[in-house]
Amino acid sequence: MTDPIDPEVQRKQVIAQRNKALALALAGLVILFFLITLVRVRA
Amino acid sequence: MKKVLSPPLASAAAGIAAPSLVAQDHTLPASWRDFFDLTKPGVISLVVFTGLCGLLAAPDHIHPVLAFTAILCIAMGAAGAAALNQWWEADLDAGMKRTAKRPLPAGRMDKISARDFGVGLSAGSVLMMGLAIGWLAAAILAVSIFYYAVVYTIWLKPRTPQNIVIGGGAGAFPPLIGWVAATGHISVMPIVLFAIIFMWTPPHFWALALFVQSDYAKVGIPMMPVVAGEASTRKQILAYAAVLLLTSLVPWAIGGTGAIYGISAAVLSGVFLLLSVRVGLRRKTGDDDTMKPEKQLFAYSIIYLFALFTALVADRLIPGAGAMA
Repeated sequence: MTDPIDPEVQRKQVIAQRNKALALALAGLVILFFLITLVRVRA
Repeated sequence: MKKVLSPPLASAAAGIAAPSLVAQDHTLPASWRDFFDLTKPGVISLVVFTGLCGLLAAPDHIHPVLAFTAILCIAMGAAGAAALNQWWEADLDAGMKRTAKRPLPAGRMDKISARDFGVGLSAGSVLMMGLAIGWLAAAILAVSIFYYAVVYTIWLKPRTPQNIVIGGGAGAFPPLIGWVAATGHISVMPIVLFAIIFMWTPPHFWALALFVQSDYAKVGIPMMPVVAGEASTRKQILAYAAVLLLTSLVPWAIGGTGAIYGISAAVLSGVFLLLSVRVGLRRKTGDDDTMKPEKQLFAYSIIYLFALFTALVADRLIPGAGAMA
């Protein structure tokens, strides 16, 4: 029989995953803005 | 404990008792998957596809980075509008089997998070479209979000069985936005593309409504089969399918596309009309009726839109296939 997962640990896991997803999205936007700037400057 | 309150307009307008309040324990914060689900990924795939087709079918070309940005903005705008739709309809969703497992009615997310997520995505998409692509495309994107989240979700859907007809405009914007993102202006062709999706929406949703109408009736949404009855809905599906056939041929008739699109549109819309005739001329045989023709029409309607817009782009990209207006 396995021990039930501590709700506090589970809560921290969910928040950590959310933070990672948000960081990835923001990093993607930064790269995209950089590329847009390059395209616009060269046009 | 957090409570999700009932939208005040929905059931009052329909004269039907409000659905029970959703009251859930939020022992865990919403996960990234819940936020992802809030965006209605299935709907977004269709929105992105038609937006991309509008962009690719346009006579002007834009840099791939800008094209990607335009499509991302369309997707973000649609995601924001979907989140706002689910924020407003949380209680209604809780009363319907098809939607009861969504993050809000299932109690995996609180309403304020959903609302803020929707507003953030919507505002961000319009701002990014305006700054990176152009303010005409951004303005049309803003109108489409407002149209879906406010005009359709809050105003029309709980009030009139014509909700799908008028509200269908919200889903018709993506190819128009894609086209304007590429060209910077509005012409006849993107308006015709808008009209095609506008005419496609009623038979698509009413086919669905015919086999899930008990769900809609339960939560007081005045969908056509609930208010006007099955027979009237079936006739209207048939009428819209006939108009859709004619509308889908307009791009070819005005010389905006070539034979690839023209033949594809005739065949695809012809099959759509045939399936609609099956639905239009039959009656539900009883509670054990599996509603197979209605389910087939609904499934085909999705394939139809993908195939029709693929033909539009193929017609544009294959050399010598046709000329765009």
